[in-house]
Amino acid sequence: MVTKLLNQPLRASQLKSDKHPDWCPGCGDFGIVNALQQALAEMKMPPWEVYLLSGIGCSGKSSHYVNVYGAHTLHGRVLPYAIGAKLANPKLTVVAAGGDGDGYGIGAEHFVHAGRRNVDLTYIIFDNEVYGLTKGQASPTLPQGDQPKSLPLPNINQAINPFALALACGYTFIARSYAYDAKHLKATIQKAIYHKGMALVDVLQPCPTYNDLRTKEFFDEEIELRGQQTPRVYSMEDEGYDGVVKNPMDREEVNAKRLAAFEKIYQQEDRVGLGVYFQIHMPTYTDLLRNNLPILTTSAPIDLPYYDDQMNPVTDLASGWQDFIV
Amino acid sequence: MTAPATLDALCTEINWMIGGPQGTGVDSSANLFARAMAVAGYWIYGKREYHSNIKGAHSYFLVRARHTPVHSNVDPIDLLATFEKTTAEIHAHELLADGALIYDPKLTDPDKLNGLPPSALRLPIEYDAIIAAIAQETGSSPAKFVIMKNVIAVSASLALYGVAMASVEEALAGLFTGRRAKLVALNMLAVNKAYQAVEALNVAGSFAHRIAAQPNPPAKTSRMLMNGAAAVGLGKLKAGCRILTYYSITPAVDECIYLENHPEYGMVVIQCEDELAAVNMANGAATTGIRVSTSTSGPGFSLMAEGIGWAGINEVPVVIFNYQRGGPSTGLPTRSEQADLLCVVHAGHGEFPKIVMAPGDMNECFEDAFDSFNYADRYQTPVIVVPDKAIANGTESIPVFDENGLKIDRGQIVGPQSNPDDMDASIAHYPRFKITEDGVSPRVFPGTPGAIFWTTGDEHTEIGHITEDPAIRLAMHDKRMRKLDLAAREIPVDRQFMLYGPEKADITLVGWGSTKGAVLDAMPVLKDERGITMNYLHVRLMSPFPADGVAAIIKAAALPVCMESNHQGQLAQLIAMRTGIQLAHKILKYTGRPISQTEVVDAVQQVLQQRTERVVLTYGH
Repeated sequence: MVTKLLNQPLRASQLKSDKHPDWCPGCGDFGIVNALQQALAEMKMPPWEVYLLSGIGCSGKSSHYVNVYGAHTLHGRVLPYAIGAKLANPKLTVVAAGGDGDGYGIGAEHFVHAGRRNVDLTYIIFDNEVYGLTKGQASPTLPQGDQPKSLPLPNINQAINPFALALACGYTFIARSYAYDAKHLKATIQKAIYHKGMALVDVLQPCPTYNDLRTKEFFDEEIELRGQQTPRVYSMEDEGYDGVVKNPMDREEVNAKRLAAFEKIYQQEDRVGLGVYFQIHMPTYTDLLRNNLPILTTSAPIDLPYYDDQMNPVTDLASGWQDFIV
Repeated sequence: MTAPATLDALCTEINWMIGGPQGTGVDSSANLFARAMAVAGYWIYGKREYHSNIKGAHSYFLVRARHTPVHSNVDPIDLLATFEKTTAEIHAHELLADGALIYDPKLTDPDKLNGLPPSALRLPIEYDAIIAAIAQETGSSPAKFVIMKNVIAVSASLALYGVAMASVEEALAGLFTGRRAKLVALNMLAVNKAYQAVEALNVAGSFAHRIAAQPNPPAKTSRMLMNGAAAVGLGKLKAGCRILTYYSITPAVDECIYLENHPEYGMVVIQCEDELAAVNMANGAATTGIRVSTSTSGPGFSLMAEGIGWAGINEVPVVIFNYQRGGPSTGLPTRSEQADLLCVVHAGHGEFPKIVMAPGDMNECFEDAFDSFNYADRYQTPVIVVPDKAIANGTESIPVFDENGLKIDRGQIVGPQSNPDDMDASIAHYPRFKITEDGVSPRVFPGTPGAIFWTTGDEHTEIGHITEDPAIRLAMHDKRMRKLDLAAREIPVDRQFMLYGPEKADITLVGWGSTKGAVLDAMPVLKDERGITMNYLHVRLMSPFPADGVAAIIKAAALPVCMESNHQGQLAQLIAMRTGIQLAHKILKYTGRPISQTEVVDAVQQVLQQRTERVVLTYGH
């Protein structure tokens, strides 16, 4: 939620910080950060009202490269930070960024429970199947049996399915995009930020250094499907898929959309579908808090006064005392 | 059996115990007893002991009530109230020779109790008969009233002590308010019958611990019957803490439940998925400028170390309460210990300034809860407060906290650095980690135009970008550590440590945390009954450590002795580390049970007369 938008869009270059990214040449991370800068600029987001938080790893550095308030947090912990910041100050547009190891590995518990809470924030996962900054170990999204060049032995762990997990945990916006499809990625990030609730954007992102299986060439090539040549990466919407729940009160529609999303998520084919797998509008954590703490209906936690101009505390403990007076 | 002739023959202090399986109302009956004694004008100290169990295991509650303020328990008790047989079996030997046992003759045979002093008074109470009578009067099934056994045990106790029934009624009215007010009349039925049962036994006159009316009862409404967890909660509310994150853990959860029960203050209480989430959610919230805290106990604190380090390098004012319990690992989950001191002082890898405070009683819990947020804001660093289970779950009657003179200190905060309509200037970078003389850099918060900055767990420049430049590293590390010197200079000395008792004494106890109560209570007893003068150095600020002040007192002491609830003497170790002074004599307890006044008195005498270097205390079940 943004209280006041800028009168005119920024140039994306204004959202580039003066810190030069130290990612490897050809890294998909460049594409993701560029798309994020373009998305924010176009949306006329005041840079000082955006809080970009990241975890650890290559993706963890992304917060330094965008000219908004940034926090480069701990490995796997970006979601708790982001949730704390958003609940404290709902006026901030909070965007969390992290890698697949960060989010689905060490941060898996936070990933699960963030879905249950439906806090209004955007979580962008840079998904390249490897732990780049520590020399390419397998991440939780690397398929079983795969052996990118960085692995001494083939991967014997199964890959998790992040979208099935997200759907099961209650994420209210689940979308996939691709680091080298700038237009689609920008639009998807914008949709995620406009979405009121917990939004996940999983971005396929080649690691040119360690993952020689899912490379840019791999994603860019055409494959044969039902006797026809077709791009490996395609837009699901273009093929008529619509994952957006129009009426969250309509149980039939919700069930149908959720089942369709699961089907799409588990579809076994060599292509990769981009777009919104599932979206539903549900009350956010902040909305629900107001039921329990009515005072938050008129004031955000950060705006509740607790001292006067003489710095005297104004909290009246009288009702608290009553429990104990004898 | 003659009644005591004069007031002088009556007592001014009682030591009462009730026990029973967890889940049978031991806690609430002790509450009722304590409240009734408080209503009668007495000062109260209550100690709660329970197993890590939901229902069934043995738990008990000690209540000490006195004409004058009291802060600890004594070991032999004068009345043991039981309504099943285990409590009598476990605790009968703890009775004084002239004490008394209340028991259910259907379940307990006093002659078969090991260690019950033969001279102790035996009071059979026919619980089932009383419950049947209540059931008949109200026309309900007796099964409905089994839960009232504890009220009957409490009332029989009060009747034996000689406390007026009106005090019980007033206490019940205080406990059952609002929708539950109708329970007062029903409970009074049981109270009446318990009083009649004691009267019928006609033993009151021979009970040596019948009490005198309090001659100078404190004014009503001037006192609270409080536990440490609530005292902390109230301090946090007063300080304007707006978010509390936690992962359920005993005994920290009591504070969290208390606060969640008061939504009128607008505090967002978040039950997190784990302690890593709790501390990092708090960090995230704190960076936005809000006052935030997280509460945990030992095992949870271990998990928080990573997030505390992040707060340290990013100068995040986050407040962490670690309610100490028996360790290591899950240790003794429901028992008290003071063994997290060195862990807390050194929490997190690498070096960063920490402020560590250790409250020693309810009032210090309130004060430290309030001050912790001021210190966090002023010095922009994590503040860790370490109460213990004994304080958290201990009950004490205390004067209403003094709220006068409390001030909110938000430290150095600067406003917008430019006009928000001036777009380019508004993305100007702000030196959030500016190198300053005292180490404190003025803060702004995300949302402030013209002041964009970064935070990172890596070493960073003034605007918060990662750097490995050795010169910047040196300057930034020095800057952060300078804040400790500033805090050491600014935090009032009486909040750092305090010497209680005479300036010169035969023996000086050095301690921290909840042992304060037992030591202060023991001081006059040692003087009056054993002719020993003692003073007490209570250390409250553990980081920055008040080395000079503490060293001066210890050097001047005739016989300095550390007294702590842990195995190593952790405060003694900290003192050695910070001052070079070794305390040769130690009185230690690590059974998970708090130190009693009786134990202090005996141990001090032993150390003084036999020069014992290590006394290990063991009293209590």
